[in-house]
Amino acid sequence: MSTGILLQLAQTLLAILLAPLLMGWVNQCRAWLQGRSAPPITQPYRTLKKLFHKDAVIAHNASPLFRFAPYMIFACMALAAGIVPTIANDLPFSPAADVIALVGIFALARVFLALAAMDIGTAFGSLGARREMLVSFLAEPALLMVFFTASFIAQSTELPVIVATLAHREFAIYPSITFAAVAFWMISVAENARIPVDNPGTHLELTMIHEAMILEYSARHLALIEWAVALKLFTYSALGIALFVPWGIAAQGDLAALPLALLAMVAKLLLGGAALAFLETISAKLRLFRAPEFLGTAFLLAVLGMLIHFLLEV
Amino acid sequence: MTNGFYSYFADPVQWAWAGVMFWLVLGFAALLLQGSQRLLIRLVFPLGALGALFIAGVGVAGLLLPASAVILPIGLPDLPFHLRLDALSAFFMVLLGGAAFGITVYAMGYFRNMAAGPLALLILWYHLFLGGMVTVMLADDAYAFMVAWEVMALSSYFLVTTDHDLPEIRHAGFLYLLIAHVGAVALLLCFGVLQGGHGDYTFDTMRLAELTPFWASAAYLLALFGFGAKAGIVPMHVWLPEAHPAAPSPVSALMSGVMLKTAIYGLLRVTFDLLNVQIGWWGTLALALGLITALYGVIFAAVQSDMKRLLAWSSIENVGVILAGFGLTLIFYTDGKGAMAALTLTAVLYHSINHAFFKGLLFLGTGAVLHATGERRMGKLGGLIRTMPWTAWLTLIGALAIAGLPPLNGFVSEWLLLQAFLLTPNLTQPYLNMVIPVAAASVALAAALAAYVVVKFYGVIFLGQPRDAALQHAHEASWPKRLGMLWLAAGCVLLGLFPAQVIGWLSPVVQLLTKQTLVNDGNWLMLAPVSAERASYAPLIFFAVVGVVLLLTFIWVRRVYHGRVRRSDPWDCGYPEQDARMQDSAEGFGQPIRQIFEVFMKVERETPDPFSRTPHYHGASLDKIWFILYEPIARLTGWLSEQAGRLQHGRIQWYLIYSFATLIFLLVFTTR
Repeated sequence: MSTGILLQLAQTLLAILLAPLLMGWVNQCRAWLQGRSAPPITQPYRTLKKLFHKDAVIAHNASPLFRFAPYMIFACMALAAGIVPTIANDLPFSPAADVIALVGIFALARVFLALAAMDIGTAFGSLGARREMLVSFLAEPALLMVFFTASFIAQSTELPVIVATLAHREFAIYPSITFAAVAFWMISVAENARIPVDNPGTHLELTMIHEAMILEYSARHLALIEWAVALKLFTYSALGIALFVPWGIAAQGDLAALPLALLAMVAKLLLGGAALAFLETISAKLRLFRAPEFLGTAFLLAVLGMLIHFLLEV
Repeated sequence: MTNGFYSYFADPVQWAWAGVMFWLVLGFAALLLQGSQRLLIRLVFPLGALGALFIAGVGVAGLLLPASAVILPIGLPDLPFHLRLDALSAFFMVLLGGAAFGITVYAMGYFRNMAAGPLALLILWYHLFLGGMVTVMLADDAYAFMVAWEVMALSSYFLVTTDHDLPEIRHAGFLYLLIAHVGAVALLLCFGVLQGGHGDYTFDTMRLAELTPFWASAAYLLALFGFGAKAGIVPMHVWLPEAHPAAPSPVSALMSGVMLKTAIYGLLRVTFDLLNVQIGWWGTLALALGLITALYGVIFAAVQSDMKRLLAWSSIENVGVILAGFGLTLIFYTDGKGAMAALTLTAVLYHSINHAFFKGLLFLGTGAVLHATGERRMGKLGGLIRTMPWTAWLTLIGALAIAGLPPLNGFVSEWLLLQAFLLTPNLTQPYLNMVIPVAAASVALAAALAAYVVVKFYGVIFLGQPRDAALQHAHEASWPKRLGMLWLAAGCVLLGLFPAQVIGWLSPVVQLLTKQTLVNDGNWLMLAPVSAERASYAPLIFFAVVGVVLLLTFIWVRRVYHGRVRRSDPWDCGYPEQDARMQDSAEGFGQPIRQIFEVFMKVERETPDPFSRTPHYHGASLDKIWFILYEPIARLTGWLSEQAGRLQHGRIQWYLIYSFATLIFLLVFTTR
């Protein structure tokens, strides 16, 4: 139990500390693919450091909610990162929240971000909040359906149980999981504000969603939000890996397998990040009202995956 | 009776009746106290609130003690009032008492400036309404039930039309009265079927009546229609977005939070207790209706621009979720899966009590805003978190709870319901296995849309810049109002943090209806309804971790770096002109939903001329069902009465001929 708790703490801390690295890696890959000279992989840390040192500039009419939200969002994302199995599948903390609660955590962070965006009362803030909620009202149930497919297979909504079941199944291409994986990719792209749903690199009012919400933030508050965004990307990647390519994860109490699990995880993250950068490079941003269609497709795919599980696999 | 006076108060059911009588006395005493407005506010409302607390306490006792019954010497000569308090009634009494306490304390502040005459009358209706609802829950024969049901409907009608000098409120009240009575007729017929030809209208006889599947289905459908009209199930929902916002806010809170639950109570009572057989397709029908209601309600909530109307539509959504859970319970129950039915029923009851607390809280919050600003249109509000921090932060708790966000109470019931959906692969009927995942997807979609609605509701009213200069001087809610909201907010938090305990209290109800209890496999901290391997949720740990991480981050950022803050104008991408009118209006925030779901709506839009000096914008998204279903019915009724009107001439000769013809006809008809 005590090793479990240590492992849990170590894993969560590691996730928090290393999450910006993944962001740096994705940015680096993207720069290479676009023929630009890439920033160093540690660039996100430098940005965070710079932001933490700056003086916070806050609008005159900002309410306490505006200053509270970044901490809340960061705490939610840290909790989410702590629940998802990354290198070890033995998390004493995970019974506190299963996959449905995980979706709830993401929703909690999102609602706070959207509310904070509306707090100052600028045109961009409410525009961003509205668009974010538009994207999420389809993405969230779709994510839940992906989890449901996995839960039906594992007969459980506990992430460690799901991962253990999926990791120890006979290797084959399961149609339900394939559908779910495609849906999950589409959802993660949308939820992490990436192309084609949103563009993290733009401040053009016609297109921005996430950036519009955090326009008014600066210094430490912005740093916490940026960090939370990196954590979210990491959590989604870890989730995708745990659900769809879980092989190599250390089983419960198997400490000897940890180094190998760590290596496997790093390799999968490197590959996944590169794939994300590649797909972002070859696709264009969708018009805003195409985004619901994109997510509607993801939702349908997720539901289809679940139905196919009943039709073919039970 | 042998022990003298004290035997009148031996059982919980008698205490409950004493509580009802106390409210009635209080209500009529208010009429005598018309002279002193201060006394009405300072004495009658607090006593009424204590009565609510007492009723909640009796409910708790009813959950712990065995069922008790009493026959009162009032009513018809051969059918006195039968009252009975079992676990199901007791649970709904806890719901009523718990919510009504906070609402009544709030009412003390809300009605403070009302003139003594109307106030005394309002207090009478208010307490009759409360007493009627409790009696509905206690009634053990159809006569007592219908009398209480009518008391509830009529007193709430008078409460809705408190501001009867406004024509739209009179209109809303009329619509409410009409649909309430259409529903009541269905309930009368339902009880007629249920008594199975015995001619005895006590619930005990009904429990014993052996109905054929046809008649049982007829009774169920009538109950679904009758209670559905009260609960606002699509397509009988049209009165709800009119009547609930029309009432004064505490009454809206009672109607949405508690009165809708009496319909859920009735549905549970008739289906699981009074009917001897349950048939599988009943559940499928209720599930489908519930999902349609939930999605329809939440979509319309997203496009409303009146804050109370938005909440009313959101009540329709929540009733839909409860009905869907009820349908799933029936499906499991008729399939012989008692344990799963127990889980689903727990989710239904849990959501019922959650909705009473968070919707009550939100209606009270809008009441405070309405009093402070005189404005219900969200497009005229904004930025109130700065002038009304108490109201804003307490309402935020309700808003997060209704969005189904952890660790508050809305999430727990949603979680339980989704867990129930995940159990369906074990059903024997394969087609249900296929349909129910889609149903789960719809519930998830409704929950996600509820988050959209909440961000709109809260963001437009409390955040941003005030859309009107007068809002700068909006005053904070008075102390009784704050206390009332605080009570309901505390309920939301506690129901969210201690689900394992709540489920323990619900188990007698679940046992009564499904003959099974839900076993919590976790400990006092953790909710694990089926087995800990399968699913678990520990809100307290969840809350603690978020809190600790939040605090640590805060301390770390402040310690390692600094806490310097500079205030300036908003950045907004460098636009120099900042104007409250540049924010999203309520219509603007709902625009994406309107665009996506336009098929369900009739959109009216009136855009101003670009050169107009006084631009005026009007937009409304109207319910198509009103035009498709109700207007033809209204036209048909109008046409029929016009035809019947031709018989009327006002000449006595003609009326004599009518009487004569009728007499001849009856003679021929009866002597044949």
